[in-house]
Amino acid sequence: MSARTRPITTIAGTRPFAFSEAALTECRTIMSRYPEGKSKSALIPILHIAQAENDGWLSVNAMDAVAQVMGLQHIEVYEVASFYSMFNLHPVGTYVLDVCRTTPCMLRGSDDLIAHLEKKLGVHCGETTTDGMFTLKGVECLGSCGTAPMLQCGAQFHEDLTIDKADALIEQLRARNSRTNYTDK
Amino acid sequence: MGRKLLLEHDDKPGIQGLDGYRTHGGYRSVEKALRTMSPEAVLDEVKTSGLRGRGGAGFPTGMKWSFLAKPEGVPRYLVVNADESEPGTFKDRYLMERIPHLLIEGMITSSFALGANTSYIYIRGEYFYVARILERAIEEARAAGWLGKNILGSGFDHDIHVQVGAGAYICGEETALLESLEGKRGNPRIKPPFPAVKGLYGCPTVVNNVETIAAVVPIINDGGAEYAKIGVGKSTGTKLISAGGNIKRPGVYEIELGITCDEFMNSEEWCGGVDGRALKAVVPGGSSVPIIPADLYYKTVNGDARLMTYESLADGGFASGSMLGSGGFYAYNDAQCIVRSTWNHTRFYHHESCGQCSPCREGTGWMEKVLHRLEHGEGRMEDIELLWDIQRKIEGNTICPLGDAAAWPVASAIRHFRDEFEYHVLHPEKVKDPKHFAHAPFVRSPKFATA
Ligand SMILES: Cc1cc2nc3c(=O)[nH]c(=O)nc-3n(C[C@H](O)[C@H](O)[C@H](O)COP(=O)(O)O)c2cc1C
Ligand code: SF4
Ligand code: FES
Repeated sequence: MSARTRPITTIAGTRPFAFSEAALTECRTIMSRYPEGKSKSALIPILHIAQAENDGWLSVNAMDAVAQVMGLQHIEVYEVASFYSMFNLHPVGTYVLDVCRTTPCMLRGSDDLIAHLEKKLGVHCGETTTDGMFTLKGVECLGSCGTAPMLQCGAQFHEDLTIDKADALIEQLRARNSRTNYTDK
Repeated sequence: MGRKLLLEHDDKPGIQGLDGYRTHGGYRSVEKALRTMSPEAVLDEVKTSGLRGRGGAGFPTGMKWSFLAKPEGVPRYLVVNADESEPGTFKDRYLMERIPHLLIEGMITSSFALGANTSYIYIRGEYFYVARILERAIEEARAAGWLGKNILGSGFDHDIHVQVGAGAYICGEETALLESLEGKRGNPRIKPPFPAVKGLYGCPTVVNNVETIAAVVPIINDGGAEYAKIGVGKSTGTKLISAGGNIKRPGVYEIELGITCDEFMNSEEWCGGVDGRALKAVVPGGSSVPIIPADLYYKTVNGDARLMTYESLADGGFASGSMLGSGGFYAYNDAQCIVRSTWNHTRFYHHESCGQCSPCREGTGWMEKVLHRLEHGEGRMEDIELLWDIQRKIEGNTICPLGDAAAWPVASAIRHFRDEFEYHVLHPEKVKDPKHFAHAPFVRSPKFATA
């Protein structure tokens, strides 16, 4: 199996999914950006919207809804969703913490940051806390190497992190308790 | 202070918006090109400038543009590569975030030269907030008539769309990017045909880096000859360098190509020196380029001062040189471990391999495993030869250059730091502490010292 093909999840496969009206309008606007007959180009942006409307992950039902809106075969959607690391194929916590672990961040202390977060949250990278609040994810270079170590949560970058700043961020997110998505404006 | 052509106004208030951008001379290149020049004349200025692609490969931009096929009745596209995923590189993000209109202006002027009526910015999904900034700027430009039909009454129509990715380094490779832009998995295409003939939707397409397209603006404003006066030899103009790692002043800097590596590292204007310890090694152009020890960063094997140019950084070939690459520069102090960093590099390439070619798919995972055991005190002497062997079998045997990019960091680490790999085999207990060199830096034996 290729490093970039991950299994999709069928658990909770019966959980229903339907796009909101606002999302459907946005999907149609995006599809209209491409030339006649080339609206498949909108697949990745639309998967982002579906993920945001499905508690931060892509269930089979969510992907099937994308296929329906776009007039694509289901497999065309699954094969794309399983390729890109920002698409979560399993349920995730309220917050997904994407911590950069690539070399330039490592030189500036990302190993320590990750070890600290694992200990503080009681999970390994890739896992979700039992209260469903945080998913910790080790990710590759986010283009923020000069302000490392860093993590991304939703659309926002949190840079120049120290252990103290990371702790403060966790507490702040916990208190706010509302989902963030990559698509947040 | 060197000349700044791209970031001259990056700190001016309001520069993110159209009015502020116009106050500082924005959109002059569009006025000049569309009102007073032919598409061929714009292309000629770009050729004269000697501009080379800023995405990593350094291919001459004017030449690339002149390869664009122009069959009758077939649309042509400009696609801007804003995938910026090469570890160590964060210059395009800075440029797009601070001065979004500079990219848009460059795209209009470039598209006029190429005869492209539609262009796309393919931006990595993690930069969603930057995509929003670009979308707002495009709206402003459209409302002010810089985009749309019959721009400035020239008869030239142009529109720009922003497309987000979703986390895949390989989508920075231009043919994988086009696949992704068509809504598919980011599997690189077999070349030929090249995008200049069959690119987006099978139509002739130019793919250029963000910084390359931004550089077209000063080239048209001041003339290609003026641009070519900056720099040394075939390295003309200015280059954005994103500097990170163990330096005092990380950040994005615009340098004139040709300053010395010493000046870049130690001057207060740039990196400001190493962060309190001795310099051990440098990766000058993003994780795919060879790592070089400090002595070889400052001087070539002939003892000449090394310069921040395409040629000087590559002087000595892979035996003793490296590459300017994308300008993703990072420095290692002597607390760092080369085996650990090579393991980390390789883990990255394994994670990012699209999986189409066996040497890349299997080789990167194999190297990761071997490097993991070396770094964790479970390695064997034969592992060093094994690593050498695997990387040799990947290089040159794959569809796209990601395979080479995975091989080079391993090859250069073994070439220059073999005794550090041996130390890991000989002292398994010591290297089990993840910070094994923090208190007792590794001293390379003179037999391995280069230059
Ligand atoms: C694995 C891989 C990743 C790449 N990533 C990027 C990237 O993130 N940004 C970029 O501009 N070019 C990247 N490139 C280079 C592009 O393929 C292409 O050469 C470049 O966009 C051309 O633009 P330029 O001539 O303006 O540099 C990558 C190449 C490879 C092989
Ligand atoms: S070299 Fe690697 S990334 Fe490139 S096409 Fe082959 S498997 Fe994919
Ligand atoms: S290595 Fe972490 S942001 Fe670049």
